Amino acid sequence: MADHGGGGGCCPPMDLFRSEPMHLVQVIIPIESARLTVSYLGDIGLIQFKDLNAEKSPFQRTYASQIKRCAELARKLRFFKDQMSKADVKSSAKSEAKAEFNFDELEIKLGELEAELTEVNANNEKLQRGYNELVEYKLVLQKAGEFFKAAQSRAEAQQTEASSQQAAEDSLETPLLKDQDSTADQGKQVKLGFITGLVPQGRSMAFERILFRATRGNVFLRQSSVDEAVIDPHSGEKVEKNVFVVFFSGERAKSKILKICEAFGANRYPFAEDLGKQAQMILEVSGKLSELKTTIDAGLSHRANLLETIGKQYEQWSELVRKEKSIYHTLNMLSIDVTKKCLVAEGWSPIFATQQIQDALQLATVDSKSQVGAIFQVLHTKELPPTYFRTNKFTESFQTIVDAYGVAKYQEANPGVYTVVTFPFLFAVMFGDWGHGICILLATLFLIFREKKYSSQKLGDIMEMTFGGRYVILLMALFSIYTGLIYNEFFSVPFELFSPSAYACRDAACSEATTIGLIKARDTYPFGVDPAWHGSRSELPFLNSLKMKMSILIGVAQMNLGIILSFFNALYFRNPVNVWFQFIPQMIFLNGLFGYLSLLIIVKWCTGSQADLYHVMIYMFLSPTDDLGENQLFPNQKTVQLVLLLLSLIAVPWMLLPKPFILKAQHNRIHQGQSYTPLEGTEESLQVEAGHDSHDHEEFEFSEVFVHQLIHTIEFVLGAVSNTASYLRLWALSLAHSELSTVFYEKVLLLAWGYNNWIILIVGIIVFIFATVGVLLVMETLSAFLHALRLHWVEFQNKFYEGDGYKFAPFSFALLVDEDE
Amino acid sequence: MYGFEAMTFNIHGGYLEAIVRGHRSGLLTAADYNNLCQCETLDDIKMHLSATEYGPYLQNEPSPLHTTTIVEKCTLKLVDEYKHMLCQATEPLSTFLEYITYGHMIDNVVLIVTGTLHERDVQELLEKCHPLGMFDSIATLAVAQNMRELYRLVLVDTPLAPYFSECITSEDLDDMNIEIMRNTLYKAYLEDFYRFCQKLGGATAEIMSDLLAFEADRRAVNITINSIGTELTRDDRRKLYSTFGLLYPYGHEELAVCEDIDQVRGVMEKYPPYQPIFSKLSYGESQMLDKAFYEEEVKRLCLSFEQQFHYGVFFAYMRLKEQEIRNLMWISECVAQNQKSRVHDSVVFIF
Repeated sequence: MADHGGGGGCCPPMDLFRSEPMHLVQVIIPIESARLTVSYLGDIGLIQFKDLNAEKSPFQRTYASQIKRCAELARKLRFFKDQMSKADVKSSAKSEAKAEFNFDELEIKLGELEAELTEVNANNEKLQRGYNELVEYKLVLQKAGEFFKAAQSRAEAQQTEASSQQAAEDSLETPLLKDQDSTADQGKQVKLGFITGLVPQGRSMAFERILFRATRGNVFLRQSSVDEAVIDPHSGEKVEKNVFVVFFSGERAKSKILKICEAFGANRYPFAEDLGKQAQMILEVSGKLSELKTTIDAGLSHRANLLETIGKQYEQWSELVRKEKSIYHTLNMLSIDVTKKCLVAEGWSPIFATQQIQDALQLATVDSKSQVGAIFQVLHTKELPPTYFRTNKFTESFQTIVDAYGVAKYQEANPGVYTVVTFPFLFAVMFGDWGHGICILLATLFLIFREKKYSSQKLGDIMEMTFGGRYVILLMALFSIYTGLIYNEFFSVPFELFSPSAYACRDAACSEATTIGLIKARDTYPFGVDPAWHGSRSELPFLNSLKMKMSILIGVAQMNLGIILSFFNALYFRNPVNVWFQFIPQMIFLNGLFGYLSLLIIVKWCTGSQADLYHVMIYMFLSPTDDLGENQLFPNQKTVQLVLLLLSLIAVPWMLLPKPFILKAQHNRIHQGQSYTPLEGTEESLQVEAGHDSHDHEEFEFSEVFVHQLIHTIEFVLGAVSNTASYLRLWALSLAHSELSTVFYEKVLLLAWGYNNWIILIVGIIVFIFATVGVLLVMETLSAFLHALRLHWVEFQNKFYEGDGYKFAPFSFALLVDEDE
Repeated sequence: MYGFEAMTFNIHGGYLEAIVRGHRSGLLTAADYNNLCQCETLDDIKMHLSATEYGPYLQNEPSPLHTTTIVEKCTLKLVDEYKHMLCQATEPLSTFLEYITYGHMIDNVVLIVTGTLHERDVQELLEKCHPLGMFDSIATLAVAQNMRELYRLVLVDTPLAPYFSECITSEDLDDMNIEIMRNTLYKAYLEDFYRFCQKLGGATAEIMSDLLAFEADRRAVNITINSIGTELTRDDRRKLYSTFGLLYPYGHEELAVCEDIDQVRGVMEKYPPYQPIFSKLSYGESQMLDKAFYEEEVKRLCLSFEQQFHYGVFFAYMRLKEQEIRNLMWISECVAQNQKSRVHDSVVFIF
């Protein structure tokens, strides 16, 4: 089977049929070359190290301090990244590979850079704070100045009014100021104190309330909102603020108000009452502002330069740190020798990589100038090795479909190989329309041609999935075009592609086309369904019968493939019991009933007989001895049916009974000391066998084995019926698809066309396009995909697939990048 | 709808119950604590914690760590989780969740008031406050001179306002006063919370009344022990006990007259649930009492997760998480001060 491998031709020969043969290797590395060795092994990426220190907590391990250093460096890098994204500096993706950095040098360098950056930041922050304070001060000066001016002018107006009226009782709006003014004039009362400042807008109401309560209403507060958000000097965040002026009297009130201001984070600023002074201060503040602005700009540009230089090498550094960290993590998994001179590594690696690994070990020894080389040896173990398939970008997505169900047991037959063809094919049977197929083909070709670009960047969730499965979709589209040509469906428009239709009207008027039918005028249509069927009254019965029978044929074929794979598994794992008491009766049972049905279908197609197959199948069970009458398809059919029925009936106990007893007998033999089972093999599979046998030494519970076998048998027998029926979904979905596209074509596009109005036509076309894309291309694709998935996972794979292995997860730098991103 | 929570609980509470149970499985286990107790430096602790749920909160801390940073970040995680749950909650769960924080609010009020009494900086005090017990105008507490002002100025806007009805006096604040205020507030709070849970009914009432009764009894014992030898009169002491719980009312009568720790012990040993706690202590000792109570509390809180369809899990989770943070703080302190022999003294394993 192995020579089937390199199907692509372009890729290295690979054996996808069974997972790579693996072995457990032990590497003894002298401690001085350990880091370099692991780093080279990481470059190869073909060893899965075992954790030999599982019982130790992370900080008790040998290289905990190095990991801490790496974490510290990673933190610094994160800090840089954060700063860069704040300053909008992009890290150049892959700069020219500059000088290799030593880890220690990098540590020092990053430390310096961090210190410099934090210093620059602190300076900037200080300046910024001063600047923001000044901005706030300026706002206070302006706004508060406005209050005072407005109050003064109003007071003046009122005074003149008052002097004319000789009374001023009802001026509710500015009682305090008026008082203040009048008292100032008279110079009799104490002057009112006031505080000006800014308070965040969200808290201004609470501020006012608390002020009122604390001073028992003996304050006068004016607030005015600042139009745009101000940067708070303390927190550095943008906040909407109000400028306030509080007037109060007395020292106690003042201390209270000051405390409240503090509690509310209100910044206070001195304010002169005198108008002239105010103007002067505004001037002063503006001057300082522009001065500070230039300083800040200079600081910012310095910082930007610094970040720029960091950004140039950021990617390189972070990759180095990531690698370094993973190396030490791996080193932590190795057990240290008692003499503390060498580290012992154990891990799984594929056998083909042995040479590569040994070369890397040698290279590491030379490069680290170590006197002793690393020792590489293969260990024998009974553990089950991990499953590793060498996939390429094409087969990977198909293998993923299989792995999503369960990772194959070590060296088990891999359904992934067949999935490459059967999956898109089953999809296409449900999605047969070459118009839709072409749409999907174009979409996926777009993805494939931009593969290089997309694979390097991060895509959205859904996009990522589509991109990952681009080759699956490509094959799905190609097969859809193929089945679409067979169904003769193009957005449900019939085409006479290969030759004119074989049928013609009886007369020129074509009046009987829909009643009596057409007459056959030419040779049979050479490929696929004759376009004349489209729209005829008998279209559905014809297509249904065709697709239903086709579904059963496909289903029986695929299930047979599954059972045959179980045969190859049994052969490979040297399990004759499974061949004789599982594979053979299963084949007989399935083919005796449904294989026979498939045969009948083909015979009926070939002979054009009118026999009723339902009737044949049902009465094969109900009264097998009855005469078939007009339903007879070939001579001696009754005898054949009787034989098949009997064979199927025998197959059931055949599957059920012997296997548990044989297993029991085998078990007993082993315990008597006559190890009869073929332990002595020449291949690696012997390890696997040995592994299995060691399990058998546990208690042999006969009842458990028997019940297990009973369940298996029942599942298979019932499954043969229900799985065959399950394949009818192929017909159902394809029917749904073609009917939906007919509806959209006839009820939307043709209807709109019929109005002879271009507005309606445009609306119709738009609706048609959206319905086609949304429902047929997206939703139908998804549903057909899911059904194809189900047919593979359940109906196909349950015949042979164990799927209880675990995946090979090598230590590899190449995989590291994806993990972290 | 007693006994029928299963039918309707999940409509509003299902999602959050799932969330809280998920959070619960993130709590540190005994194995984690064992590893943490073996740490040599705070960096080791950080390294170990980075493998737990706390990882993202600690990973960006520069290396010379302080205990306060660890505790702060761990608390931040708790607060984030709490806020998320509060955002998702609907009535009456949101009220229930808010009730959980009132205890912290009381503590914060007391902290600020005591702090200003001793002329501490308000900003510094604010940093020490538990973030769950923050309210808008908390900083203004510093303005108040006596209880009446405290209430009138600030607390009238907070949910604590109703609890104040019993302690509004015009006396100036002093340490004793404040302590009495704390206990009075706590009493009122517990009673209110208890009533609220009873109103909710069903499994919530059943479980919460048990948990709150334990809390009330523990406070009663603590008040008694702390007030031994002070000028607090018996009647005043009695007034501070909450009016529910296993000790109410007869135990309270007896506790009120206790003069030393052994008398308290004598009272408590009459109550079977508390007997094992006190039997673990040697005579005359009250140091280990806190830990014994914490252990008992953790046990009860964990048990509340065994039942479904009630709000007690939220209370229990918050409490357990606080206990976990206390544990982490203790371990970090011990590690930082090289007192590793005492590391097991105060750590309460949750699982």
